Amino acid sequence: MDKMDRKIINTLQGDFPIDDHPYQIIAEKLNIEEDELLKRLEILLDNRTLTRFGPMYDIQKLGGSFSLCAIRVPSERFEEVTDIVNSFSEVAHNYEREHEFNMWYVLATESLAQIDKTNHSIEEKTGLKVYNMPKIQEFFVGLHFQA
Amino acid sequence: MDDLDRKIITATQSGLPLVKEPYNVIAKELNIEPELLKQRMQIMLEKKQIRRIGAVPNHYKLGYTANAMSVWNVPDEMIKELGQQLGALSFVSHCYERPRFLPEWPYNLFAMLHGKNKEEVAEKVQEVITLLGEHCSGYELLYSKQILKKTGLRLKEPS
Repeated sequence: MDKMDRKIINTLQGDFPIDDHPYQIIAEKLNIEEDELLKRLEILLDNRTLTRFGPMYDIQKLGGSFSLCAIRVPSERFEEVTDIVNSFSEVAHNYEREHEFNMWYVLATESLAQIDKTNHSIEEKTGLKVYNMPKIQEFFVGLHFQA
Repeated sequence: MDDLDRKIITATQSGLPLVKEPYNVIAKELNIEPELLKQRMQIMLEKKQIRRIGAVPNHYKLGYTANAMSVWNVPDEMIKELGQQLGALSFVSHCYERPRFLPEWPYNLFAMLHGKNKEEVAEKVQEVITLLGEHCSGYELLYSKQILKKTGLRLKEPS
């Protein structure tokens, strides 16, 4: 990753234009050719410096539901439980954390009922208690990572 | 959200194509006019159904290898005020009130903290401790050990 890659990442953290030639607009801002921008973006996505490029939808504003859920997984069962939890398409993210509550996943579903239904299935398949912790209030979502 | 919005979401939720006219390509896939696609996306952006259009960096790859979920136990009647103050700190990326599960989980205020290493995060934790002062009756840091899955939102195709 060189200086231009960093500049691209910092520039593209929001406000990508809805226009016939959006990459052209960004390339002009960065003072590079459109082809070079496209090539670099492709590489940054391929090597996973970027996990995604495109619109970020807010599922709650679209009528869907989100929830953060935690499980205390016995260490000897960690892999098995990971496979079970990850097999649900409703599980959008799943992180291992250093704590007795060591598995934290985010459910993204189209209704509140599906959150409960999915957690119920996860409890049945794993035999472990799911701690469902949907947000009660949001105080802040943001922070731009400086590359 | 109508069927067309849903089609647009399913066509773009995994990313925009890296071609010179990305919206025209998607419009063609969906068999609609590019103008209609752009108009719908503009409306979703204005309604904040689209939070933003851009790149999602992998913060590990950018050197932010210490990412802690900090959880705090503060009085419910103070949470709004304290949550807003915590969320205003520059190194906090997400800040929410979430339910407690007593007795095993007493924490109701969650804030994601990011740093280049654990020492940097520890300094930031000190700032939060100072900020919350006597209102904080306990906290923990849950460092992420590994990403087990990260796919983001996936809506199903309209049936």
